[in-house]
Amino acid sequence: MTEETRWVMMVGYIRDNQDQKAFAELFGHFAPRVKSFLMKSGADAGMAEECAQEVMATLWHKAHLFDPTRASVATWVFTIARNKRIDMLRKQRRPEPDELTWGPEAEPDAAEVVEIQQESVRLAAALAELPEKQRDLVQKAFFGDLSHSEIAEETGLPLGTIKSRIRLALERLRHAMK
Amino acid sequence: MDNINHHLTDQLLLSYAAGTLPEAFSLVLATHISMCDECRARLGAFETVGGAMLEASVDNATEVDLASTLKLIAGGPKDPILVKPLAQKRESRVFPQALTNYVGGDLASVKWRSVGMGVRQSILKTSGEATVRLLHIPAGCAVPDHGHRGLELTLVLQGAFRDETDRFARGDIEVANEDMEHTPVAEEGMDCICLAATDAPLRFNGIVPRIAQPFLRI
Ligand SMILES: [Zn+2]
Ligand SMILES: [Zn+2]
Repeated sequence: MTEETRWVMMVGYIRDNQDQKAFAELFGHFAPRVKSFLMKSGADAGMAEECAQEVMATLWHKAHLFDPTRASVATWVFTIARNKRIDMLRKQRRPEPDELTWGPEAEPDAAEVVEIQQESVRLAAALAELPEKQRDLVQKAFFGDLSHSEIAEETGLPLGTIKSRIRLALERLRHAMK
Repeated sequence: MDNINHHLTDQLLLSYAAGTLPEAFSLVLATHISMCDECRARLGAFETVGGAMLEASVDNATEVDLASTLKLIAGGPKDPILVKPLAQKRESRVFPQALTNYVGGDLASVKWRSVGMGVRQSILKTSGEATVRLLHIPAGCAVPDHGHRGLELTLVLQGAFRDETDRFARGDIEVANEDMEHTPVAEEGMDCICLAATDAPLRFNGIVPRIAQPFLRI
């Protein structure tokens, strides 16, 4: 079992058994990442600590809303952290798209889950291989250091470079939504 | 599903995925994505990039207090656990739920104000550096010829309009910036309802709209 599919299992244990050991394991991996992520996007240490705790508490309370056929645990945690950052740092609401109706609940296909879980790992590898300047730009865009017009001004944001990976992620998601 | 020809740009989707757009633009994106599976999948791909960024944000010196977090959990959820709004039958309503939340209802609940020349608007309450409004353009009428100082997103919710660039129907989004001047005209047959967000006042070319502008807040 890969690390990523293990995270999926841990979220399942929290959802089904309120399993504190599973939570501690997820916490050990993700909480420091969330905190560093928030500090890189401008939060001071105190605020980042408070936010990271709330993000991890949200993971506990919303474990039943996680869908491993559509996102990796890392991606799901990222969206929770992003929304917390908008709420706490920018004091704005986050309008969310309507949820899709999925029809009758089907047992998720295990191979599909593994594929989706691998995607953020592969993307992370693709990002790590970017020249430093380009990697910097993607990071700035995510940490809110580029205004929208700066991004729009073709700053050389290397979307093309990571596009093959994004395209693959996209194909999988399209497939998952069918 | 609506037949959509004009979609969001990569830059907009990336900024929405990153959570760096002003609320007014985010509302237009959330509304479009509610109607468009194509952009929904693309958003998912950009969020996967975000997941990869988070995964790579490792810093061994960083610690978070587990005991306080467990105490926080024991206190119950801080905000009510809302399940995201379910997509409703798309034919039955004009607005997706994402927009209904801001209006307080569907099309019939909108409080319109006239802005002259038959066009009506309703400004929605958002915070941040941009504003968003609903526009009601009677069939066959035009929004005055104008340019843009910043970014303007226009999403069609009912009917259709044409301008110098193309035709835009339900679900289509037009992205206009500084270089663009246009005169959107609603098609004959059905009044056109749009959701439009901008981060700077529009620049009208005709003398009358320019004088009226301070009163119209457009
Ligand atoms: Zn689209
Ligand atoms: Zn315009």
